[in-house]
Formats: sequence, structure tokens, C-alpha cells
Amino acid sequence: MFQSIDFSLLALDAPGWGGALLQGFWRSIQLAAGGYVMGIVIGILGASAKLYGGLVMRDLAQVYTTVIRAVPELVMMLLFYYVGTDLLNRAAQGMGFQGIEVDGLAAGILVIGLVQGGYATEVIRGAIRAVPHGQIEAAQAFGMSPLKVMRRVTLPAMTPHAIPGMANLWMIATKDTALLAVIGFSELTQVTRQAASSTRAYFLFFLSAGALYLMLTLVSNVILRRYEARARRGLIAAHQAR
Amino acid sequence: MDDKPAIRIRDLHKRFGDLEVLKGVSLTAHPGDVIAIIGGSGSGKSTLLRCINMLEHPSAGEIAIQGETYRMRPTRDGSLEPADRRQVQRIRAQLGMVFQNFNLWPHRTVLENVTEAPIHVLGQPRAQAIVRARQVLDRVGLGDKADAHPVRLSGGQQQRAAIARVLAVDPLAMLFDEPTSALDPELVGEVLGVIRDLAREGRTMILVTHEMAFARDVANRVIYLRDGRIEEEGTPEQLFGDPQSPHLKQFIRSVM
Repeated sequence: MFQSIDFSLLALDAPGWGGALLQGFWRSIQLAAGGYVMGIVIGILGASAKLYGGLVMRDLAQVYTTVIRAVPELVMMLLFYYVGTDLLNRAAQGMGFQGIEVDGLAAGILVIGLVQGGYATEVIRGAIRAVPHGQIEAAQAFGMSPLKVMRRVTLPAMTPHAIPGMANLWMIATKDTALLAVIGFSELTQVTRQAASSTRAYFLFFLSAGALYLMLTLVSNVILRRYEARARRGLIAAHQAR
Repeated sequence: MDDKPAIRIRDLHKRFGDLEVLKGVSLTAHPGDVIAIIGGSGSGKSTLLRCINMLEHPSAGEIAIQGETYRMRPTRDGSLEPADRRQVQRIRAQLGMVFQNFNLWPHRTVLENVTEAPIHVLGQPRAQAIVRARQVLDRVGLGDKADAHPVRLSGGQQQRAAIARVLAVDPLAMLFDEPTSALDPELVGEVLGVIRDLAREGRTMILVTHEMAFARDVANRVIYLRDGRIEEEGTPEQLFGDPQSPHLKQFIRSVM
């Protein structure tokens, strides 16, 4: 079976597609990482709004998470991308600027980040609620400002509770980058499709892409597990907690 | 020492919804005072203590720490809230609170727990904070546990670490909220021993406790709180030796 596969198509230089594939892969990683980080930032803000915000902030955060989680991600992405860039252009023109060229990578990160943020808000909100309130009160009793309490106590204390959910979100972020192929991003899936259709070597290229995604996940798993072990140092291990 | 009272509370009221927990409590602690607050559950003693550092906001009344009165403003529901968050933070930094459940930060080592407020609230240089932290940890007998995480410590050790954490900021007054109530009986003694030493060295403290023998031993003044009011107060000899109120007599009989 493998005799029929022309592995030279994976060569790094043209006419091989290996280099293009790796470039697409790198772009996927950038999109996923950028969107993930943005999702964490939105998640922390969203969770704070839900837990500590006034009525308006709480409602806004609620609408945001509900919409994000209810509408299919692909629809969200198309919506954010086309409507978002359109609005941005109109706003720019309204203010007397020429239409702006939206940077592809930034737009992609924004789109993934907005979707990730909806889920991250819920993960982080749950994790913060798992922190015993006394630990936060102790920080307040020492005279820490609310921001300092957040940074020095609440966030590090909630981290071990958030990691399982946030690890899941990272996996989803890496795979969601593939959805951006629909918008025409030259990330891994899009490049794979081009390579496959122009060489007719579908089997070879989609298998290679799958292997790259799998590799990313496996490497991520190792890193996340180490991070989780580190973050949980202060907690009772499950086998001790019996 | 300063002639201003360390803590002065005037006509304090606290209401949770329809329930009035404190119904006009006044109390003054001078430097060096060790005041034990006793009373049944629901008498308002923990709430009173938590009002002193604004973990609870009083509904009415006035609290001053070393002559500085908390600036309060009315809320929409007819209660009060601090008008100046920075003032609250500044005053809190001068008070040290020891909680029933220790409330150490589990993600930091014992030493990091102790250096946290000196470095990140008082702005002390790290090296100086660490030297001081090791001193206070030795003081409470935990010098060898500095690098352990709190989860590795027994309850008694955790509470002693929490006391060290408070000592590190050298507070004007220490507030103890039932510091031994969450401990196994055999661990109570080591914690009370540390508190007793601190009382003897002249630290100002307010102590909410169920340990009557201990209150009698360390306090120079005892306050019996019942149903949100101070029903009786005086020296330990007066309160425990010759209680006047029938409720206090019954209370002492039931717990001693």
C-alpha cells in the first residue's frame, strides 16, 4: 500500500509541500496560542464581571457567554470575521479614514479569542468559586487592594481548579483553527487541502496534517500535566484526601 | 505608649436583613489590653470582631483604630459602607486577624505566607521580610517548617503559622476569631500557649473564644455578649468568680 505513496511530495522545498505544510502548522499554532491567551484574558475579566460586577456588568457577561456557547463556533467565526471587519471599516470611514486592511493573523486570533473567552469565563468563574472564601478574606484583612487580592491570592489559588477545564479549551483552540480555513486562512488545514487537491495525494497530506495536530496535542499534554502538578503542590493529592 | 485607645467602638449596630445581630455595642481597648469576648453561638461575637477590620460593615455606630475613625457613608438600604477604600486598607494593614480556619494561602509555602503582607502590602525589601519571617516562625516553633506548604502541617501548626503571618506585620492589635475551635483537642494547647506568650509580652488583643479557662487566664477584661448586647463586663475574676446576670451564670455553668 505504501509503495503507491510518493513521500517526496513532503519535501521541504518545491515541488514538495513539506515547507508549506510546516508554515501552515506554525500559523495554526500562532492562531491557537494567540486566541487562547486572549480567551484567558477575556475569561478573567468575564468571571470577575460575573462574580464581582454590578448589575450591568453581570448582565453583559451573561449575554456574552450565553450567545457564545449557544451559537455554533463556525457561525460565530464567520460572523465575527465578516461583520467585525465590516463594522471596523465603516467605523474607520465614518471617522474619515480609508478602509483599514485587517491583518489576517490578528483577525483570526480575535475570532478564536472571542469564542474561547466565552468558555473560559465559565471555567474561571467556577474555579474562583472553588477557592475557600477565607483565603480571600485573609488577604483583605492584611490590607491588600482588590486588584492585589486578585493577583496575589485569587488567581493563583484558583489555577489548579481551572487547569482541567482550561486544558480542554486549549485542545479546542488548536482544533478550532481549522475552522478558519473556511474564511481562507492559510493555516494547516487550508494548506493541506491545497496540497492534496493539486497533487491528488489526499491520503498522504491529510494523514500528515492529522499527525501534526496529534503531535501538538501530545506535546501540550506533557506540558499541561507538569504545570498542573506544579499548581497543585499546595493542595491535598487525591489519593491522600480519602 | 500612645494614650489614644487602640480600638474604640461606639454604639455599634449590625443588621443582616431583618436580623439585628449587634444592638449597640461599645468597647474600648487600650494598648496592652487583652479582651476576651465570650458568649453563646449567635450572640454576635464574631460579627463584632469582624467589624473592627471591616470584614463586616456595621449598620450604624462608629469604630476608630488608634484615633482614626472609619469614614462611612450610607447605602441605599439604610446601612453603612466604607466611604474610603484606601483608608480601610491602611487601617487593616495595622491590624492582624487570626481566623478559626487558619486561612493560610495553600499555593504558597509557610515562609511565603509570612512574607506576603510585609512585601506586598507594607513594601518591605524581600531580604528584610525573610529575616523577620524566620524570626517569627522560630517564635511560634515552626522554624523547621518554613519551606513546607501549609497542607503538610497539622492544624495546630497551621494556626501557629497563621499567627506568625500576623506577627510579621507587627500589628497594633491582634484579632483572634475562635482560634482553636477548628482544632483537634490535643492540638489546642500548643496554639493557646503561643497566644498566651503574646498576651504576656503586652500585645493588644481581642479574642473571641470558647476556651473559658484560657480567657480567665490571659485576659485582663472579659466581655459577655448576649443577643447582640454586652450583658456583663469586667475582670475575669468578677465575671467568672461572681457573675451577676442569670444568663451569664447559666452560660458559665454550661461551658465550664
